Amino acid sequence: MPNILVVEDSPTMRQLISFAMRRVAGSRVIEASDGVDALKKLSSEQVDLILVDINMPVMDGLKLTSLVRGNPAYKDIPIIIITTEGAEEDRKRALAIGANAYLTKPIQTQELIKLVNSFTQG
Amino acid sequence: MERDSSINRKAEEFLQVFKKGEEFTKELLRENERLRFRVAELEEALTRSADEARARLYEERIRQLEEELRSLRERFSQVEEENKDFAAKYLEVEEENNNLANLYVASYQLHSTLDFNEVLRIVLEIIINLIGAERFAIYLMEERTNELVAVAAEGLEVASIPRVRLGEGIVGKVAKEGESYFASSTDGTDDLLSPIVCIPLKIKEHVIGVIAIYSLLVQKRGFSNVDYELFNLLAGHAATAIFSSRLYTQSERKLTTLQSFLELLKEKPRR
Repeated sequence: MPNILVVEDSPTMRQLISFAMRRVAGSRVIEASDGVDALKKLSSEQVDLILVDINMPVMDGLKLTSLVRGNPAYKDIPIIIITTEGAEEDRKRALAIGANAYLTKPIQTQELIKLVNSFTQG
Repeated sequence: MERDSSINRKAEEFLQVFKKGEEFTKELLRENERLRFRVAELEEALTRSADEARARLYEERIRQLEEELRSLRERFSQVEEENKDFAAKYLEVEEENNNLANLYVASYQLHSTLDFNEVLRIVLEIIINLIGAERFAIYLMEERTNELVAVAAEGLEVASIPRVRLGEGIVGKVAKEGESYFASSTDGTDDLLSPIVCIPLKIKEHVIGVIAIYSLLVQKRGFSNVDYELFNLLAGHAATAIFSSRLYTQSERKLTTLQSFLELLKEKPRR
């Protein structure tokens, strides 16, 4: 049963992504509104996958990604970036920092579910 | 003499009987040979006939199996076609489901608050995240001057957006006529009066403002069906949410002012 951490400052997008993730077999969604909130949730919950936006207040998605990759306890958790930043250099930067996949908004729900399944179903 | 001739006659008779016996035996042997040949012939005919019957039986079975195979292949093709149909329908239903989820979330969020600024923020979020717009503005009608005033924007400074007179440019025309506008090209524009998309915010037939989109995110190539559904939703639901939250915020402000005034009146006699 995968635990999916959705890190997104926009309540609309957070609800939309959480809604989509309920259709991933047996998943449980944990929500966080920014990077700091996500780190708190990571320390108290077992997380199998992180879906994270880039542009967020307090701590953005890239900073969170690099912190997660630098922490031995979380470094193997797959990270999928979901962002409005569609430029190729943004994608390369995110993947170089340690993100496993990069999706641009507006998201195609089917594409997101397929991608999440590819990480959670081994 | 007579005795000799009698012996000769008897010998002659015996010889004849013997010859007859020999002939009869030869005849029996020939008949035996002929019958053996006939039996062999019959046995062969019988074998041949059994083989033929078996062959006919096999041919019939092969024909039946071929018929069955053809029918199974036909059924397989039909099932394959049906599967393709089901897969296509499943994808359609999935897409529709996703679109409905988007619309549900957008609608839910729009009506989740009565705070005017919060509603504007939600409208901005929907336009950025669900439609994929990069630069856009929300204008509201100022009844006193009959002008459209920008109240929120993304990728633009609200303060730098000029007021638009009713009927002026595409923005003013959409506000006046209440019909959505979609440019033939989705390439971005800097002309604030000529957006690529302009949606009237309507409560019944009354236009309270417009949403003008000037450019889309780099990865957004064009509009899909769900985008048009979202535009329709925004035209109605965003208008209602903005209008009611503005009224609520105004009445809250008035109430606070009145309460302060009443407090002042209450305090005065004590002094």
